[in-house]
Amino acid sequence: MCLAIPGKVMSIENRYDGKVKFAKVSFDGLIKEASLELLPDVQINDYVLIHVGVAISKIDEQEAEKVFQYLRESGDLEELEPNHAL
Amino acid sequence: MKYLQEFADETLVKEGIEKIRSLIKHPWKIMEVCGGQTHSFVKYGLLDLLPKTLQLIHGPGCPVCVTPSSIIDLAVELAQQPQFILCSFGDMLRVPGTTMSLLEAKSRGADVRILYSPLEAIKIAKENPLKEVVFFAVGFETTAPANGLSVKQAHREGVKNYSLLSAHVLVPPAMEAILNDSEAKVDGFLAAGHVCTIMGYDDYEPIAYNYHVPIVVSGFEPLDLIHGLYRTIYLLENKSNIVENAYARVVTKAGNRTAQALLLEVFEPCDRYWRGIGLIPNSGLKINKTYQEYDAFHKFSLQIESAKENTECIAGDILKGIKKPFDCKHFGKKCTPLFPLGAPMVSNEGACAAYYNYAKI
Repeated sequence: MCLAIPGKVMSIENRYDGKVKFAKVSFDGLIKEASLELLPDVQINDYVLIHVGVAISKIDEQEAEKVFQYLRESGDLEELEPNHAL
Repeated sequence: MKYLQEFADETLVKEGIEKIRSLIKHPWKIMEVCGGQTHSFVKYGLLDLLPKTLQLIHGPGCPVCVTPSSIIDLAVELAQQPQFILCSFGDMLRVPGTTMSLLEAKSRGADVRILYSPLEAIKIAKENPLKEVVFFAVGFETTAPANGLSVKQAHREGVKNYSLLSAHVLVPPAMEAILNDSEAKVDGFLAAGHVCTIMGYDDYEPIAYNYHVPIVVSGFEPLDLIHGLYRTIYLLENKSNIVENAYARVVTKAGNRTAQALLLEVFEPCDRYWRGIGLIPNSGLKINKTYQEYDAFHKFSLQIESAKENTECIAGDILKGIKKPFDCKHFGKKCTPLFPLGAPMVSNEGACAAYYNYAKI
């Protein structure tokens, strides 16, 4: 139910007198339309998380890579905590 | 697919599990709140790979499962009237009410439609001006903004024959209800990542502090879950009852402020009955006065009757983590996804359905 899928923004268009943006989003080649009303600052080529036809979050590529770095590190993960803890 | 398949890398998952094995020194009970996470844990076989000292408790985080049968009955009742088109997400159609599911109503001729997005319902309403289009809106904080957006869009386009039957539920009050239950013993939580995408995680800090439980925001892919578990166990072993974010690629502390503003604009909190758990104060969202012409409860004078649960179902114990699906004598026999006795078997993301579909029985 809370499934949200990452996709790449291919194009953006304005509707309702420019007030609301909609995007064509590619999910590994499958293109679907999504509303950008809750994520208005998205640019073409950004990766976004889509839930029930609405973009809810931009995917931070650097943060995505960090998880792999943590898990690839042979040392203790705890040492990385200052970057990670809140 | 970028940001999906990479997080299911088998080698990295196995390495992560080994790190958990080295880290864990005490027996811990960790609850994954979200049904999507339960589904992933079982589907990818992670439960069998984790150390036996770690017990995962599958929480109440399947909004389809916890929607009371009395609200489903209302949706069925509307759908059976010829002037209505009843729309919802596919998961919701199969869930049995007291008499039947929406799918059964559809098979008997009701106009029931499965939608990918609530925004599609506005198009249906415009194409059918003589019908009343009702969207049966279920979901947590992840889904409520999109459903709220449909109301705003209907308002913007002057669509009058559209309304929302809101059965929305909220995660933090349910976590507190579980922590207040003396039978339920939870040492730490994996918080539901996509709920936090919208809401951020400020709301979890008082829970972590007041109930002395670490809470780690986690994603849904195998690597996300292992990463979230590692951090939770690390915090437990170090007696650190704080909130951490292990899903930073899509979750920020503040969350999506635009979505939060929309929730405030369209909805207000209400008490909500959770199937399998009971009434939890302020754990639901209903349409507020400003938008009440789009509230199906208001528009069609609907009342939620008190729900009658199937007494053979141990859903309450399952959803609070007191019992496992295998502990139920009806599991896989009298109770299956086709004929569910209660909440956790009704949707793929319910704990019982996940065990039925993927685990060895």
